[in-house]
Amino acid sequence: MLRIGVFVCHCGSNIAATVDVKKVVEMALHEPGVVHAEDYQYMCSEAGQEKIRAAIQEKHLSGIVVCSCSPRMHENTFRNAAERAGLNPYMVEIANIREHCSWIHKDMEEATEKAVILMRAAVAKVNLNTPLQPGESRVTKRALVIGGGIAGIQTALDIADAGYPVDIVEKTPSIGGRMSQLDKTFPTLDCSACILTPKMVEANAHPNINIYTYSEVEKVSGFVGDFTVDIRKKARSVDMSKCTGCGVCQEKCPSKKTPSEFNRGLNNRSAIYTPFAQAIPNVPVIDREACIKFKTGKCGICSKVCQAGAIDYEQKDEIITEKYGAIVVATGFDMIKLDDYDEYAYSQSKDVITSLELERIMNAAGPTGGHLERLSDGKAPKEIVFIQCVGSRCADNRGKSYCSKICCMYTAKHAMLIRDKYPDVNVTVFYIDVRTPGKNFDEFYRRAVEEYGVNYIKGQVGKVIPQPDGKLLVQGADLLDNKQILKEADMVVLAAAIEPNPDVRKIATMLTASIDTNNFLTEAHAKLRPVESPTAGVFLSGVCQGPKDIPETVSQAGAAAVKAIGLLAKDKLLTNPCTAHSDELLCNGCSQCANVCPYGAITYEEKEVNDHGIREVRRIAVVNEALCQGCGACTVTCPSGAMDLKGFSNRQILAEVDAICR
Amino acid sequence: MKYSYYPGCTLKNKAEDLDAYARASAKVLDFELEELEEWQCCGGVYPLGNDEIATKLASVRALHAAREKGQELVTLCSACHHVLKRVNDDMKNVEDIRTRANNYLDLSTPYEGETTVLHFLEVLRDRIGFDKVKEKVVNPLTGKKIGAYYGCLLLRPGKILSFDNPENPKIMEDFIRAIGAEPVIYPYRNECCGGYISLKEKEMSKNMCQKIEESAEGFGADMLITACPLCMYNLNKNTSTDLPVYYFTELLAEALGVKDEVKKA
Repeated sequence: MLRIGVFVCHCGSNIAATVDVKKVVEMALHEPGVVHAEDYQYMCSEAGQEKIRAAIQEKHLSGIVVCSCSPRMHENTFRNAAERAGLNPYMVEIANIREHCSWIHKDMEEATEKAVILMRAAVAKVNLNTPLQPGESRVTKRALVIGGGIAGIQTALDIADAGYPVDIVEKTPSIGGRMSQLDKTFPTLDCSACILTPKMVEANAHPNINIYTYSEVEKVSGFVGDFTVDIRKKARSVDMSKCTGCGVCQEKCPSKKTPSEFNRGLNNRSAIYTPFAQAIPNVPVIDREACIKFKTGKCGICSKVCQAGAIDYEQKDEIITEKYGAIVVATGFDMIKLDDYDEYAYSQSKDVITSLELERIMNAAGPTGGHLERLSDGKAPKEIVFIQCVGSRCADNRGKSYCSKICCMYTAKHAMLIRDKYPDVNVTVFYIDVRTPGKNFDEFYRRAVEEYGVNYIKGQVGKVIPQPDGKLLVQGADLLDNKQILKEADMVVLAAAIEPNPDVRKIATMLTASIDTNNFLTEAHAKLRPVESPTAGVFLSGVCQGPKDIPETVSQAGAAAVKAIGLLAKDKLLTNPCTAHSDELLCNGCSQCANVCPYGAITYEEKEVNDHGIREVRRIAVVNEALCQGCGACTVTCPSGAMDLKGFSNRQILAEVDAICR
Repeated sequence: MKYSYYPGCTLKNKAEDLDAYARASAKVLDFELEELEEWQCCGGVYPLGNDEIATKLASVRALHAAREKGQELVTLCSACHHVLKRVNDDMKNVEDIRTRANNYLDLSTPYEGETTVLHFLEVLRDRIGFDKVKEKVVNPLTGKKIGAYYGCLLLRPGKILSFDNPENPKIMEDFIRAIGAEPVIYPYRNECCGGYISLKEKEMSKNMCQKIEESAEGFGADMLITACPLCMYNLNKNTSTDLPVYYFTELLAEALGVKDEVKKA
């Protein structure tokens, strides 16, 4: 029998306001093996940990139970405290009486009763705990960055500068991401390309960075420090080692009817294309669905005009398998689809556009050569109306409940740029609130109003009404003036909400990284671990974690890089000792455990066993402790009860159940 | 196929056409509208007050009668459609109203929103199919440019009526195509005509109806169709334009070749 100590935490009033902690202490003293019990206001604090240490040493405790918050929060804290006092850290059990009890109950009597039961279960379990020793695993000193926008590029550059090799996997034919589609950037109005393209070039030229464009992550296995990743390099149909990037193929390509993804479908591109002139790599891809050669077998013009002989119609997808110590997700965002917002006539009128489309129209390399014009008739607009919060801060489930955060600033930017370049154009902005916190941000918005005369109206637009003469009537409300507004406009710009890249679900599943209801990746701790996923070895960079602008994205990209570097700098990691093991006398070699193991940690050996004096060779399961993650799937599958999990043995679980049912 | 049919009071006097053309068309399209034996006026306006049930009982009785016959309940008038669907939703989802209405009616089996309410247009779209309607057309209205006027009661609130996308509906346009004419899409087709405000503030309704008709004409419509007797009244009486307005059932009967028999009768 162990000598057990029970420590009940008040968590300020988080627990103590709902659970009678003194009662839990009193009841603990009646439990078998418990020789010490006490409560304290904050058990995780220095003073609380000191109480644990003192009790372990003075009362010669051989096992402890801490009744506190979720083990996710402080299991490590208390294990370390126990270890410092000379106790094996795996002789610590947590009874979660906060998330599982005090936070979800209101009635003190009921909550106290439940807390006592949870304490009992933990005591019953710790009675059967055995000291465990963690093993070691190696760290592959290479990082993977998924996504080649500004977030991914910055993270890769920072990791590479620290001396570690990095691979960037980018789905589209070029790195650059959303930022490459922008014209100018707030609040300084410097041109997006001028600050982004040097970074793209730097990443491309960096000896430690390897870029896979037109590629996707297909499979991820392994664990922190030792991930194995399959990357599908889609067939580009162009030999990257031969192509000189001259662009003749794109000029001569006769199939020029595919909407340009880069220009948001505002103009068309050829079947063989690079998304934009500064693309990296400057090597085109053939869109096989649009290519005449692939569709009919006839054509082949690009191959004929290519001096370098780089066109390769036979090229096939290639799977590259690589090992990584750390993975950074930087999959970015897209704008929401506006199908559910027909009141703004986006699908009915070409002159109702999104803000990202306006970026392309304002851009010198865009579909109109940088001229502000109506897409319906090419005429210069005189009245432009911006509508904010289209799908953001949405009370119903048509749109997103969150604030997209960047729209107030980019709308002020658009309004200012238009007034600057075309002073005779009137600009009106409908808003719910103007949200411009950030360094030099509010000043920027004030400038739009005060210096550039942009007309801001607090209120939402109910309907955009296309008129027979091609103009648009904007019907809205001015809440400050308490008036209905009917305003004629030549062009309406919608600040559509942003949402995480739709691919993120697939990637999160592969990485077993959690995502929230809006498909943003969840951080390990909202405040204290904002760039780490709860899945060890997976880090978050940019909008995949939540809406952010460029400065914030770059900061977070650096933070994610630092966390990845911190991991890569280690030679070895301690592994979780709570792994499965097979009792060779019980194992009948049926293979069911190996079939359910998600980590491929179970193999079979022909082994001589001594079964009560009978020596014979049997086929039995063997667990590779370095691969086993302790998920427990094998233990519940094993028909003969041979598989068991250290730290969570069948006996321990049943003892907990017994204690709860007592 | 047999449906329970709730004509509503307006279709028994001012809007007899809307009803007669629908019945004649239904015969051609092989479905039967079996008028409920006993029905009372739905009230014409959905009663928003949730502290009394008396104004909802007429609808509940009709919904219950259809359930007892095991039939779906079809209606034609936009207002009846609106009221019946919303009360049905209350009976299904609002416990307080359901309990009190059932306590009052004291039915052998309490009514809990089991009946499916369909607008006549939904029968054409979801039960018959517009392609089948098209097959039965003997007199296609080729060359006619028709603006569909939905008004508000057919469409909103979108989730409860689940009739069509309230911001960009297409059921009436599909109907217009099925009878061989060309739909004219104009932005005011889902705006309100003013409804009963016409009794109190005629100018306001005039203003609203004028916008609707001008917009339709501007986009090239020769005529409007509607499903609502009140919209019909407002569009006819409260505008200075002379854009003709028809019940959609009249054009359906015409396309199916049964308009004249209705007129004679």
